[in-house]
Amino acid sequence: MSIEPLVKSYSALRHETLTRDRGLREKVMTLEEAAKLVHDGDHVAIGGCTVSRTPLAMIWALIRDRKRELVISRSITSTEGDLFFASGVSKHVITSWFTQGIVWGVSKVMRHHTENKLAKFEEWSHMSIGLRYRAGAMGVPFMPSRTMLGSDVGKRVGDEIKVMDCPFTGEKVVLLPALNPDVALIHVQRCDAYGNAQLDGLQFMDIDMAMAANKVILTTERIVSNDQIRRTPDRTRIPFFTVDAVVEAPFGCAPHECYGLYEPFFEHLDYYAKISSQDPVKGPQQYLDEFYYGPKSWPDYLAKLGMEALLDASRRGRSVHND
Amino acid sequence: MTRHTKPTSTFTTSELLAVMASRLMTNGQIVFAGIGVPLLAATLAQRLFAPQLTILFEGGTIGPFIVPGELPPSTNEQRCTRRSNMVLPITDVLLLLQRGYVDIGFMGGAQIDRFGNLNSSFIGDAENPKIRLPGTGGGNDISSLTNMIVAMKHEKRRFVADVDFVTSPGWLKGGRSRAASGLPQGGLWRVVTDLAIMGFDEDTRQMKVLGLHHGVTREQVQENTGFELKFDDKIETTALPRAEELEVLRELDPQALYTA
Repeated sequence: MSIEPLVKSYSALRHETLTRDRGLREKVMTLEEAAKLVHDGDHVAIGGCTVSRTPLAMIWALIRDRKRELVISRSITSTEGDLFFASGVSKHVITSWFTQGIVWGVSKVMRHHTENKLAKFEEWSHMSIGLRYRAGAMGVPFMPSRTMLGSDVGKRVGDEIKVMDCPFTGEKVVLLPALNPDVALIHVQRCDAYGNAQLDGLQFMDIDMAMAANKVILTTERIVSNDQIRRTPDRTRIPFFTVDAVVEAPFGCAPHECYGLYEPFFEHLDYYAKISSQDPVKGPQQYLDEFYYGPKSWPDYLAKLGMEALLDASRRGRSVHND
Repeated sequence: MTRHTKPTSTFTTSELLAVMASRLMTNGQIVFAGIGVPLLAATLAQRLFAPQLTILFEGGTIGPFIVPGELPPSTNEQRCTRRSNMVLPITDVLLLLQRGYVDIGFMGGAQIDRFGNLNSSFIGDAENPKIRLPGTGGGNDISSLTNMIVAMKHEKRRFVADVDFVTSPGWLKGGRSRAASGLPQGGLWRVVTDLAIMGFDEDTRQMKVLGLHHGVTREQVQENTGFELKFDDKIETTALPRAEELEVLRELDPQALYTA
């Protein structure tokens, strides 16, 4: 791996974008084909937040494909962070908060890997992560902001942030370096074969992430026609020319949630929390064997989650439309 | 999520925290609330006396009404969006803090020091930690940009002279050090515990006790604190949680997910 500068040069950024095929073309493929678009050592940004709209089907495919040395970034990292570490796919996660979720206690898997220095959890404030993606999306090298000052969070990232006096007001501001990921993985409720994506509910940092990345892999609950997209263009959040792959993956966030379709699979997440906290090495390994390496296909994985669990999560998920 | 059975005592520590914190809210305020006790306290205030209080969640929600019995596992699930006015990207909802639209930031805490700095990153030395904690999330942003309320259990190991790591800045080293470090706005306003309510001296910015809960003595608070506490000239005794306050909390969280 070459040592890359923290912030990509503008000419490199523009050149990469210019050489991408931005035509209106179909790009539907399988999870396995899309996994080949991610290379060892890539910086991979993960859409969604905590247990919401996590692109787990694509993460599942990357772990099965035995990727190595991925640098992962995400707003808040949940069970997928544990699995990136435990599978050896990544030893470096850039995020603001890293644990399955507050109700399940501090992640023993994250603790095992970070406390024993097997992997790095690079901590930035939540807004700072968001503004780094936004700067990347805007094609500017940094974003000024007013947090991470005075704290050890700011001190610990060291030279990666700069503090300067504002040239207009003289006030202290932080300069956050732009983040332009090699790949962004984003799961949506629907998109067309070209990659025009519509997402419902909370957007998290996904739009900025898509605009900032050099490559976007979309997984989607359904692929709809381009005609349908054109009837409600105001609902389209990600334009097709930022997208490189479209994969239809129903229940593509399970056991996490996908707004309006299914809520988190709480019993399954309780089960994961239990085995991973009992043994932070064998627990996730057993989980990976059973749910990641074992299943023949994504539908086979869903079958392992169980019909009852899928229906229960769906009933709760769709309940937002009942009022 | 683990389900808990209802407590048999009159009220739990978390219920006490939620009630006491809710009483610090004012009608019409914009409150940026974390998960657990902050969410319950803000919703309790909204239900009982502050109908025009607006809750913001970090996941990107403006003004939701939480459905009783369907509490979210974090501030980022669809349960946080019920009957809300708007959903925004995370970055934009956090930018509302920076722009100055938020009156109160409200969260829980793992470790706090005499100047109200909060640690949710490392127990022990950051390079060789005893425990790696989950980190800042939005904590650093919220505490850097607005007036904060923190609700937490009052324990000696949690109330220390200096935190191991400043995740979320309070008054830093006291005096004017916060403003001097580039944080001219906001600051830690109140700390609510199961024993007392604390604020900070206007000049030194050291933590001082403003009120004691029913039946709690000064000595008891000091015993459970890892540094010398200041006491305000006029210490008030807070009123016990009322039946209607506890009723609302138990209606909101019938499984005692956050109140056990």
